[in-house]
Amino acid sequence: MSTNGQELFPILEQKRPSGLAQLLERQVDRRTAVQTAAAALTAGLGLLQAGCNPLAASESREKAKLDWETFFQGNYRLMEDEEKDDTVRRLERSYELNTGRRINVSGQGPRKDVLYGYAFNVSKCRGYMDCVKACIAENNQDRESDMRYIRIHEMRNGEMDFGKADDGFFRDVPAAGHFYIGTQCFHCQNPPCTEVCPVQATWMEPDGIVVVDYNWCIGCRYCIAACPYDARRFNWADPVVPENELNPNQHYLGNRLRMKGVVEKCTFCIQRSRDGKNPACVEACETGARIFGNLLDPDSEIRWVLKNKKVFRLKEDLGTEPKFWYFMD
Amino acid sequence: MATLTQTLNDQLTRLRQSPLKQFFLDGLREVTSGGVRYHVWMASLTLVMCLGAFAYSVQLREGLVVTGMHDHVSWGLYISNFTFLVGMAAAAVILVMPTYVLKDTDFAKAVLVGEAMAVSALIMAISFVVVDVGGPARLWHLIPGIGVFNWPSSMLAWDILVLNGYLALNLVIPFYILYSHYRGRKPLKKYYLPAIFLSILWAVSVHLVTAFLYAGLPARPFWNTALMGPRFLATAFTAGPALMILVLAVLRKYTDIDIRWATIDKLSLVVTVAAQVCLVMLGSELFVEFYRETHHGQSAMYLYFGLNGKNALTPWIWTSITMSLIATAIVSVHRLRRTPKWLYSACGLLFVGILIEKGLGTIIPGFIPEPWGRIEEYVPTWVELTVSAGIWALGAFVFTVLAKAAIPIETGRLRCVDPPAAE
Repeated sequence: MSTNGQELFPILEQKRPSGLAQLLERQVDRRTAVQTAAAALTAGLGLLQAGCNPLAASESREKAKLDWETFFQGNYRLMEDEEKDDTVRRLERSYELNTGRRINVSGQGPRKDVLYGYAFNVSKCRGYMDCVKACIAENNQDRESDMRYIRIHEMRNGEMDFGKADDGFFRDVPAAGHFYIGTQCFHCQNPPCTEVCPVQATWMEPDGIVVVDYNWCIGCRYCIAACPYDARRFNWADPVVPENELNPNQHYLGNRLRMKGVVEKCTFCIQRSRDGKNPACVEACETGARIFGNLLDPDSEIRWVLKNKKVFRLKEDLGTEPKFWYFMD
Repeated sequence: MATLTQTLNDQLTRLRQSPLKQFFLDGLREVTSGGVRYHVWMASLTLVMCLGAFAYSVQLREGLVVTGMHDHVSWGLYISNFTFLVGMAAAAVILVMPTYVLKDTDFAKAVLVGEAMAVSALIMAISFVVVDVGGPARLWHLIPGIGVFNWPSSMLAWDILVLNGYLALNLVIPFYILYSHYRGRKPLKKYYLPAIFLSILWAVSVHLVTAFLYAGLPARPFWNTALMGPRFLATAFTAGPALMILVLAVLRKYTDIDIRWATIDKLSLVVTVAAQVCLVMLGSELFVEFYRETHHGQSAMYLYFGLNGKNALTPWIWTSITMSLIATAIVSVHRLRRTPKWLYSACGLLFVGILIEKGLGTIIPGFIPEPWGRIEEYVPTWVELTVSAGIWALGAFVFTVLAKAAIPIETGRLRCVDPPAAE
């Protein structure tokens, strides 16, 4: 999946050298060198002291205990509310112990009488890719492999053949004689991916969002094979999210940090949508091509689209019932 | 005189042990003793296993990024090997059914070899799944009771169930029969026959279930065909007995196992019929894919002819088809089939041909092109190749151990010394 990320995303412009290489290659003057040496000496002494410090020892004990509990935690969906809460707090505390910084992990459940749906206006999308950019930033996706949940396909006018479309375009958009269409997880009402999971690590929530419990996923990738829409992504290596780009507002089933060897996907930005906000892609889109809302609310914009526009869905013949519609002005 | 005393002493020591303990100790002694050639064989297998373990440690540390797989070809060499080996395991039924159900004496001597092959194939198949998952430490999530086992919804859950069940059957039945022979008793039908019947049904179901794992995915039109299961069985009943013929030929040469030519001859008939059926199925599949080309035939197009200039699999599949065609022609001619040299080469060709077809030619093209039509190819890395070699060495090691211990019991050389009171 290395396409046009280099040019589009400044964060990816250069492959970051490893920490050690950075340290060795740095040009330093004598003043900085002395300062660094002094700082290192202090840090070293501090570390030595910490070794004999009962407080630090209790911290590492706590860390070990949290890791142990995390390893043996059960399937999130089957947890009692109290357990869910403990699990979420454990994530926050672990992060704090490891980095010294705090994150906000939510375990907020589905709202009553809500079923999320999405509509994509094909005539409005101009291929700006702001949605992709916002999605990556919002959902703490792996920068190293340039992981993306959204694909924007550039189609030639006169045909709608995904096989001939280009989803790795890099040029001034919109290109003459072309139109754009985005795909991502369609949050099927009859999802083929969840039923194949051998451990029920992925399921559809009552509000219609298809989620993954990253801690329960064994990484067999059967769901990836079962998805007809290329919606799922696998962490082939340890994901990398630079500390200063981390989105600290997270959800257990959403954008919290993932680990290597697990599957992830679009969650309609569960950390935002359950808070009553639009997903990041909808908010970022300058053209207004993306519409999100509650299908059960007759006054919602999405319901207006379904009622007043000629809508269609992709690969409907597979019986997956996507909650993601396309329409044109 | 000295040797006689030693023998007597030896017998006395053995008398003090329980028969079961004797059985395992004798087995261990058989397995650890042998000629230079035997030790070199086992040492080489151990070396390859160690290399495989090293490659796997790299994969564990770095993640599956060290393999050639990616989001669009998310299963590769490991799952390909797994698929093929399930077929190898299922093929044991070719020997089991005639022997125990049809009372065919020609297969009787070879049946334990077949079961040992099934056990090693299953151990390899399970290992290939374990090295393929992203979180092997979380595999306990699969264990019913402490984990969540998504049965009956997930075909993978079914597969885990049938594979482990079949492994258990193929360990328990031969153990009972061998142990009875070891004690100088006749195995009792009322004990083993029900298990045999179960294992026959089970053998067919392991490979069908594995085929359904793929065939049940409408997302991948290349796999989503009703012919998948039957074709899996046909290839399994070709490649399995073909390998068995080769293994029996080697055992006949290097051990004192009592296998007559009639056994190999009969197995070769099975290979012949199954190989012919395979070609019929290949033909009907090619017809459907190419008579009226559709979007759903793109994977087949990519596999057989290449698509948009990408054709990594094309040479492989044509090699495989050529091998199968030549071998089927050879075994279809009675005179050639009955000549060991020709038969063995045909079996070799069929084994390798089907290994390529089931692996590279079935699993990987299912992912190409990906659901939105992009073509991203797959090439296995050194890590995958080394880990796979290591698992194959493990299988050969397990098979050698089982056969080495079983053959002397079957030939009657190795018997338990029962205390007189037990008689």
